[in-house]
Amino acid sequence: MSKDGVDSGRRRFLLWSTSAVGAVGAVGIAVPFVKSWSPSARAEAAGAPVEVNVGKMKPGQAIRAEWRGKPIFVLKRSQESLDKLQQINDLLKDPESQKDTVKQPDYITGINRSIRDDILVVIGICTHLGCVPQQREQLSPEEGGGFFCPCHGSKFDMAGRVFSGVPANDNLEVPPYSFIDDNTIIIGVDKGAA
Amino acid sequence: MTRGQQFMQWIDDRFPATKVWNEHLAEYYAPKNFNFWYFFGSLALLVLVNQLLTGIWLTMHYNPSAELAYASVEYIMRDVPYGWLLRYMHSTGASAFFLVVYMHMFRGMMYGSYRKPRELVWLFGMVIFVLLMAEAFMGYLLPWGNMSYWGAQVIINLFNAVPVVGEDLVTWIRGDYLISGATLNRFFALHVVALPIALLLMVFLHIVALHAVGSNNPDGIEIKKNKDENGIPLDGIPFHPYYTVKDIVGVAGFLFLFCLAIFYFPEGGGYFLEPPNFTPANNLKTPEHIAPVWYFTPFYSILRAVPNMEGGVVLMGLSIVILFFMPWLDRSPVKSIRYKGPLFKLALALFVVCFVVLGYLGMKPPSPLFTLLAQISTGYYFFFFIFLTFYHKIDKTKPVPERVTH
Amino acid sequence: MKKIIATIFASLSLAAVAAGGGDYKPNDPANTRLEDKASLQRGATLYMNYCMGCHGLEFSRYKRMAQDLNIQEDVLAENLIFDGSKPGDLMKTAMPNKSAEIWFGAAPPDLSLIARYRGNKWLYNYLRAFYKDETRPYGVNNTVFPDVGMPHVLEPLQGMQYLSEEGELALITEGALTPEEYDVAIRDLVNFLDYVGEPAKVKRHSLGVYVLLFILVFFVLAYFLKKEYWKDIH
Repeated sequence: MSKDGVDSGRRRFLLWSTSAVGAVGAVGIAVPFVKSWSPSARAEAAGAPVEVNVGKMKPGQAIRAEWRGKPIFVLKRSQESLDKLQQINDLLKDPESQKDTVKQPDYITGINRSIRDDILVVIGICTHLGCVPQQREQLSPEEGGGFFCPCHGSKFDMAGRVFSGVPANDNLEVPPYSFIDDNTIIIGVDKGAA
Repeated sequence: MTRGQQFMQWIDDRFPATKVWNEHLAEYYAPKNFNFWYFFGSLALLVLVNQLLTGIWLTMHYNPSAELAYASVEYIMRDVPYGWLLRYMHSTGASAFFLVVYMHMFRGMMYGSYRKPRELVWLFGMVIFVLLMAEAFMGYLLPWGNMSYWGAQVIINLFNAVPVVGEDLVTWIRGDYLISGATLNRFFALHVVALPIALLLMVFLHIVALHAVGSNNPDGIEIKKNKDENGIPLDGIPFHPYYTVKDIVGVAGFLFLFCLAIFYFPEGGGYFLEPPNFTPANNLKTPEHIAPVWYFTPFYSILRAVPNMEGGVVLMGLSIVILFFMPWLDRSPVKSIRYKGPLFKLALALFVVCFVVLGYLGMKPPSPLFTLLAQISTGYYFFFFIFLTFYHKIDKTKPVPERVTH
Repeated sequence: MKKIIATIFASLSLAAVAAGGGDYKPNDPANTRLEDKASLQRGATLYMNYCMGCHGLEFSRYKRMAQDLNIQEDVLAENLIFDGSKPGDLMKTAMPNKSAEIWFGAAPPDLSLIARYRGNKWLYNYLRAFYKDETRPYGVNNTVFPDVGMPHVLEPLQGMQYLSEEGELALITEGALTPEEYDVAIRDLVNFLDYVGEPAKVKRHSLGVYVLLFILVFFVLAYFLKKEYWKDIH
């Protein structure tokens, strides 16, 4: 064994290039292992978009749907409760949903937090610790109707906005949804995507 | 000292990292004349890692119940992203494992690697081989196809040959009066937990024993007999980097063939994945022709060659057990085939031919001619081991050189 | 080393020949092509109209099939789904197993994996080998699958054959398709069943090329690296 006449530059080049290609190969081998953890076609099918018929809903009425295992509240709001939303901004932590932590699609903005004013769609999971809030016709005379979480008393208004003085910090999450026609919404398909 | 050296010092004060690295890689001196046949040890390790990783990942999606097992395999093949690739890596890996291990064992037989002082290396290796057969057999039931079912049926029924308690033993192994979910669940537990642990332990012991005595080589010369003034074998080279870079070439070559099979011949022409296994297990309908997977067929042929069930089972068991005794059967004064006489060369070549013939016959339905052929091959299979005990008296040997050749 | 690899390959190809054999009549090659999407689409339509009533494809999903076969979702919903399934659903047959057992004696098998079990060639010939046989419960028999327990569902397309004493099949009544058209239709159907047997097959083939090329590059580099290091050894 001897190191006479060793071209160390060539050796270093081969060592590094083989190692680099080997590293790329290792990443490539990891791909199927990593990707197999993504939701399977079965999970995707179970989490497929859900259609809800809102045509026959009366003002004040709520429908519960399930999408990807989560409770979805679909609420038909009267003009009265829409007016109320404008008046209670001072009682809320984040009336315009401006916080970075608020989860809602880009096409959901403003106070009403909906595509069509009368129909509210929110995920019924309290942003505090994940309980399912209950819908109340009246939380209190000054607060109006909304949602009350039985676990730790968090309160949300008729647009899913959180009140001040309760443990939850963020407004209820709005799922992606869109209108197929005047009477039907589809939860899980973004507005303008279909 | 640089930061890196300081860090290694900190580790070494608490754990023999550098010591282990040196003893087993950087200052483990392997003979410099390893040839093609010496790739298969590291390849066996590679395939083991492949089986463990893909196996763990398949377990994440597989469902070990009689009602859902078959469907869950198809769920993996269709619904799980890249599930088909993980499954083919595992199923092709099983065949690759045996191919590599058979080559590895043949290497040992050619160069006398089982001879003193490497008897334990061979024995641990044989235990690995037996564990591997058990692992493969139990894994084969898990897809719950009809061939899985009837293959397990036939093999488990072999235990009927045990005197007196045979029938009760078979029922006990199945956990039911037929192969059922109970059997599937216990095979699953053994396949994914118990046997892999045992395999890993035995592989560890196999390597520890090998590194204690040092590797044999194609010349069958003990390189430790000729050392320089520093105590380094004159014909030895550090395993790392020389054999690591060489084994990587072997790995790349192997991976090419392995991936060729995975991506273009995952069924292996019906030998890696058998067509009857694409119908679900049915306890009322036997496939038209039952044969074990190719890697079991030589032993299966020996079983069938005997026209009596108890005799067949005993002979099949013996055909594996006798391999354990190779280190003490062979009494030749030289280790390697290179310096043995023509008789041994002929005997070993015939042994390989018989093994392959037995393997081929095991896949075919029996016929009078085939049974006769199987009987002749079986006879020779055992004769080879008897031959090992006396050939040194009649066979010529060549003088073994002092130093390894190129 | 080359000899060994050559031997391995030779034995593999022998194995392939051994597995593909079978002495049934007719014995024509199926010549299916998974790349032929139009053929797969025609095959899917044929399957949904003639086979799906009894034979489910319970491991496949409508949506995946539509994606793989370039079928639009609205076409899928209108022309290929007959039982109100959602696109993400498994392609189960509408016929309950219990009533099937009463009607046919045994539930018609699910055909998800039939192409992997029987092989394309067998299927291609089997579906062209029904002939009139009044002694059988459904009035038909099959030269590839003797005493088959299935009626000749495709008779409106093929017509009816009889088996001559020499063992040749010939048409006695004509169907909606000419024999040539019928062969093409069956080829499409078998092609579709081949796809359903392993939906990932086309992807497997296309991905394999890149994997093998990559390994080849790695092999060449590793080989030269080894040569470089082994210059030390004399």
